[in-house]
Amino acid sequence: MDARRESEPTPVKNQTTVERKSERELVVTRTFNGPARLVFEAWTKPELLKLWWAPRSTDVSLLSCEADVRVGGRYRFVFGHGASKTMAFFGRYLEVTPHSRLVWTNEEGDGGEAITTVTFEEEGGKTLLILRELHPSKEALDDAIASGEGMRETFEQLDELLVTLEASR
Amino acid sequence: MVQYSRTRLDASFAALSDATRRGVLEQLGRADASITDLAERFHMTLTGIKKHVGVLEQAGLVTTEKVGRVRTCKLGLRRLEEETAWIERYRQLWDSRFDELDKVVEELKRKEKINGRQKRK
Repeated sequence: MDARRESEPTPVKNQTTVERKSERELVVTRTFNGPARLVFEAWTKPELLKLWWAPRSTDVSLLSCEADVRVGGRYRFVFGHGASKTMAFFGRYLEVTPHSRLVWTNEEGDGGEAITTVTFEEEGGKTLLILRELHPSKEALDDAIASGEGMRETFEQLDELLVTLEASR
Repeated sequence: MVQYSRTRLDASFAALSDATRRGVLEQLGRADASITDLAERFHMTLTGIKKHVGVLEQAGLVTTEKVGRVRTCKLGLRRLEEETAWIERYRQLWDSRFDELDKVVEELKRKEKINGRQKRK
């Protein structure tokens, strides 16, 4: 049994950590057991993104997932919650550096744009992923936290936002 | 595990290192109070007590709200707990996403291996 373990190590679940680094910034870190080019691929091909972006443990499903992953390209993810509620996340890519760095804007919030930066660092066949979410102000992040009392409320707020956005078109 | 921001914890400990500020927290634990109430109770000037309350506020231990000319102070501990709970939920969201991403990466690795073998043939 020991010999088998040496040749085929049992995959250990990697830890996800989240830290509020500053008044405006949240940082998520996680290691993946694969090279950066594959992890990067999973973040940049919409057909792969949609396999994992809506976590199965929640009753949220991904209704549509469009992502034009190149500098200036736009993305739009629409999630469904229950039968009638939907919410959309959208923005544009600011930087796309293959296998190492992705930067995009989050434009669905009403307190200004948040910027997400994801870096992929490969070492020994594994990839350390660091995701930084920089909010436009301390208030914007505090509000996000205060309104995060259950995803449902967020959905409702975003529903309203969507209605407003649709109406203003 | 939540890695709570060290700078914030530092701010909390720094805030708690002063006897007057601990007294203010104790007082607010009993009842909300205005800046004037606190200044009287701790025999301090308004400016002096405002400084202490400011430090506690920065650390997220106290919140203040101004209604008319009166600034009321109350314990902000609940907010701190809410933030910790929110960060944990946010972590769980990413954690469950990343568990699925693990599977995608495994699948890509498997495909790459097969393609590699085919190329070598």
